[in-house]
Amino acid sequence: MSGFASAARAGLDDPQLRRNLRQATTTIRAKRDAAVAEVDDWEGLRTAGAAIKDAALLALDAHLERLEANVVAAGGQVHWARDAGEANAIVTALVRATGADEVVKVKSMATEEIGLNAALAAAGIAAYETDLAELIVQLGDDRPSHILVPAIHRSREDIRALFERELGETGLSTDPAELAGVARRHLRERFLRVRVGVSGANFAVAETGAICVVESEGNGRMCTTLPDTLITVMGIEKVVPRWEDLGAMLQLLPRSSTGERMNPYTSLWTGVTPGDGPQAFHLVLLDNGRTTALADAIGRQALRCIRCSACLNVCPVYERAGGHAYDATYAGPIGAILSPLIDGFERHATLPSASTLCGACYEVCPVKIDIPSVLIHLRGRVAREHGAPPSERAAMRAMARVLGTRRKYELAQRALRTAGRPLSRDGRLERRLPGPLKPWTTFRDLPAPPEQTFREWWRSR
Amino acid sequence: MRVALFVTCLADTLSPAVGRATVELLERLGHEVVFPEEQTCCGQMHANTGYPAEATALARRFVRVFGADDHDAIVSPSPSCVGMVREQFAALARAAEDEQLAADAAALAPRVHDLSELLVDVLGLEDVGAVFPHRVTYHPTCHGLRGLGLGDRPLRLLRAVRELELVELPDATTCCGFGGTFSIKNADTSAAMLTDKVAGILRTGADVCCAGDASCLLHIDGGLRRGRAGVRTLHLAEILGAT
Repeated sequence: MSGFASAARAGLDDPQLRRNLRQATTTIRAKRDAAVAEVDDWEGLRTAGAAIKDAALLALDAHLERLEANVVAAGGQVHWARDAGEANAIVTALVRATGADEVVKVKSMATEEIGLNAALAAAGIAAYETDLAELIVQLGDDRPSHILVPAIHRSREDIRALFERELGETGLSTDPAELAGVARRHLRERFLRVRVGVSGANFAVAETGAICVVESEGNGRMCTTLPDTLITVMGIEKVVPRWEDLGAMLQLLPRSSTGERMNPYTSLWTGVTPGDGPQAFHLVLLDNGRTTALADAIGRQALRCIRCSACLNVCPVYERAGGHAYDATYAGPIGAILSPLIDGFERHATLPSASTLCGACYEVCPVKIDIPSVLIHLRGRVAREHGAPPSERAAMRAMARVLGTRRKYELAQRALRTAGRPLSRDGRLERRLPGPLKPWTTFRDLPAPPEQTFREWWRSR
Repeated sequence: MRVALFVTCLADTLSPAVGRATVELLERLGHEVVFPEEQTCCGQMHANTGYPAEATALARRFVRVFGADDHDAIVSPSPSCVGMVREQFAALARAAEDEQLAADAAALAPRVHDLSELLVDVLGLEDVGAVFPHRVTYHPTCHGLRGLGLGDRPLRLLRAVRELELVELPDATTCCGFGGTFSIKNADTSAAMLTDKVAGILRTGADVCCAGDASCLLHIDGGLRRGRAGVRTLHLAEILGAT
């Protein structure tokens, strides 16, 4: 047992985690279903969303150059980063140039992906997460376990204890409003003090140079408007060609992710405006494996992802194993395809197998990423290029040979029956079997091969 | 109507009663069933585990065996295997740049039906004349529910069965955790999913858990038996075949 299967054990063995996850995902699923049901032509909107992202990806280079030109024309600066190391070096140098030694951060998957906080810390710069759940993860020296709700694995009691320990509070209750109030007081002081903000981006519009961040708490708007300098780290797949494209995306994202008609805060800015908001704006365009993913004709649709996390919330595997089982920035079904595609197969070879292909993720995806098909495709890449277990390869080849002719197939059916006979009791195989069926038969019975196969019955009638 | 039975390797080998019930049901309804004996497997396990070359070879074999026009339709008691033929053969053909397979698969696809589709859409039936005096809950397997979009066809068939009491399964649309080789590679996660599925079935107080796919039923039955739950599993064909 390795990779996902062993990493899943911690989540499976933690009943509290499973209860938290179940409750949180059940609640958000119901909200999403209701918000989606209100839209007359949700399917049409999904198709539009997929088409917009595909159009962006199809001529990504041209859209990015147009975005760059328009950001620069509006008074911003654009930096290109091939990988995490380059992106971290760029951001670190930009912060240093301001003379600041601390930044406030908007929740961002891109900066999570490159490990920006640790890189800044190594350079003596403190990064403060300002999204409530990210703050909880950061204070607990923990890892996020959900794209949208990074602290989904934490209970209110965990959070109460954490705030008392880390923020010097005493006598707190587990009332969410009280806990949020504590975080608000703690954060407000930082919003007003810190001179550099760091954000991600949900969308960037090539034709205008506008950057868009959506969020629920208002912390993002504080980070993008109060500091003197704003640095945005954006995966290159976040660009959309036209301003109108936001029309579909801003309907699809909130309904899919938080089950809201519209998210409470949508911040859009274009370069800098003298006397209003940050007076220096830097856009860091991050590749970090995205162009590699783009070269995979079937896998590239994963780059349509708008990080809504609807697929996590419906995934029965995610719900039971938890986000940490994926051991990657992106958890859940989208993580199972995105992680190997952009971060390589070495660390993520077992993720494409971490799915039953039940299709619930595809059904809810607002940009119609056919996750099951990509999973199957990536399983093929693992088997061909990245060393699937030799035993698996041998078994698959042997079975293909047996199934390749009727004679071998019928011989195998008879052999199975003969082998099963001494192990059978009351039509079931004796409890635990050795070899590859051992894990299966640890929890479930297998039927004994019956006395007559269907085809034997057919011939005998 | 002359119907060719695609029994699936798993039902042929481990759940022959499903195939027998399908034959007996269709014959009772006045149709002729043929069984192309050269059939083995559609290759779904190979395709889904990441062995497309092996799956493609099995797909070519399948279209050869079922390509004959001596029948009006092909029926299978397994939505996931129907989905394999209908959707994945085309994808395999594209990947292998095999135009012959693509053409054969395209010709075959509209003729392959899940049992509930054949009964409701092709034969225009809901009441097949079955009698089954038991409390039954129905698990709509993932590939039937989302892959083929069977909708309420199986439920309409079950509701028309005399003396059958249909009870709703909690979280019915959640996967049972089988997923072919998933249940071997990720046996613990699969078991956690199965545990919840079994608990849902027990909450209904049903005597029988019914589904339309022999492979998912094998998994659910394995969990129910291990827990000595006393609930039987039956394929839709077995209930519709009962008189």
